Amino acid sequence: MNSIGITSIIAGLALFIILTLAAYTVVLERILSAWIQQRTGPNRVGSPASGKMMIAAKNSIFLRIINIGWLQPLADVIKLLLKEDIIPAGANRKVHFLAPVIAVTIALITMSVIPFARGVYIADVNIGVLFTLAATSIGVYGITLAGWSSNSKYSLLGGIRSSAQMISYELAMGIVVVSVILLTNFRMADGSNCLSLVNIVETQVQSGVWNVFINPIGFLIFMTCALAEANRSPFDLVEAEQELVGGFHTEYSSMKFANFFVAEYLHVIMGSMMVVTLFFGGYGGPAENILGVASWGSVGQIAWGLGWFAFKTFFFMCVYVWIRWTIPRFKYNQLMNIGWKSFLPLSLVNLVVIAFVLALIYAGK
Amino acid sequence: MTFDSIFQIAFFWFFAILGIAGGIGLITQKNPVMAALSLILNFFSIAGLYLSLQAEFLAVIQILVYAGAIMVLFLFVIMLLNMQDEQNQQFDVMKGLAFLLGLGFFGELLFVFNSFMGKSVSGAFPLGKVEPIGMQMMTNYLFPFEMISVVLLAALIGAIIIAKKHSYK
Repeated sequence: MNSIGITSIIAGLALFIILTLAAYTVVLERILSAWIQQRTGPNRVGSPASGKMMIAAKNSIFLRIINIGWLQPLADVIKLLLKEDIIPAGANRKVHFLAPVIAVTIALITMSVIPFARGVYIADVNIGVLFTLAATSIGVYGITLAGWSSNSKYSLLGGIRSSAQMISYELAMGIVVVSVILLTNFRMADGSNCLSLVNIVETQVQSGVWNVFINPIGFLIFMTCALAEANRSPFDLVEAEQELVGGFHTEYSSMKFANFFVAEYLHVIMGSMMVVTLFFGGYGGPAENILGVASWGSVGQIAWGLGWFAFKTFFFMCVYVWIRWTIPRFKYNQLMNIGWKSFLPLSLVNLVVIAFVLALIYAGK
Repeated sequence: MTFDSIFQIAFFWFFAILGIAGGIGLITQKNPVMAALSLILNFFSIAGLYLSLQAEFLAVIQILVYAGAIMVLFLFVIMLLNMQDEQNQQFDVMKGLAFLLGLGFFGELLFVFNSFMGKSVSGAFPLGKVEPIGMQMMTNYLFPFEMISVVLLAALIGAIIIAKKHSYK
């Protein structure tokens, strides 16, 4: 257990880094989407090279890399701050104010149990996985309340869609998490505390076999459900422009809208982190036994762990963006069919198969 | 007094007052959504109190099941039916009866509270963690546990049949 001082330092740092990261995920999304659609993407705000330099050095990869609008998030935030904050007539003012706050808070709360490197976590709760599930299950409030309090038909429909969607996809997600818990319990020698995210990562790192190799179907279902929980394409019916204008945040402007915007990208980051933690060995790198990471001393280990964790999280964030700009939006009936008729039975079968195989191995011992 | 015990007491009072505020909000708010939100606040405070009893599992299940599933359903129904604010109703027999019942329940609570007065609550919830609950369910209470599963399955099938009734015609 870490002391209160170290915990608060880690918590402060994590909060600062993740909130900044959320802003830069927006830039990442803009750059990647521009590459996918063969556009230029953000290349003005904060780009050190002027227009003439760009023309002169058209094919310089170095200039292209540094010219990606590093200050774009700052410009976005200033723009949003200066906008007028409109509260629609007939809106419930209290709830209208509360909804974006809830959205960001709940998106951030998962961070408190994720291990970033060996010994670097805010809290090692002995029910860590359940904590993250609880955080996802209350995540629906921000959107639902925003939809209701705006006193607008589009917002309300968006909010109701989101609650139905999130409840549907939580089920499959929870069942996949149970299969991960079973695997962790099997691999822990003493069989204790297999709900802690720290232990889930440790079993993967120490054995060198990540859960994704044992439980690939579980990974696919979890990844997709995390996508649905984040309300991102192809599951973004909540804000389907053609049908619902802006969806649940139609009536939101200024920094309140920015809060929902940040919450969406926080969901992307947290979803990637959860995928990495549960299935891709968290802070574990490849060939740790051969390199002898365990004898590197604490600073080296933490740097190595943080590096790998950041790299894997970044990879999955890119996958999220990639999916968004590749796959078109589902129809509502398709969304429900996939959730209830495909993912739920598939995750149940996956769980039963894993439990059966583990029971056979136990019986053989 | 050590730092830990001061923190514990502050933790308890914070969630106790928050829980009571939520409970009062639930019965005084005219707007159904605000009442539901007060109830959610109450559930969260009770989860906080469970945490202070070191019953982490109960705390998370409280949030997962009540705040995360049941209240979402409540809100969903309130929004879907577009319920209006509660009107001021006349005092009738049912309200008098409800008042008497509430008084009786309050007396009962006082009685229970009195019998626990002055006793330490640390370790009062040995069942609040995952392992003991799982152990009890899979050993002593295996049969009731399986029975509940069957009952829930029956409810599930019943819900599907009721929902699908129209498509059979």
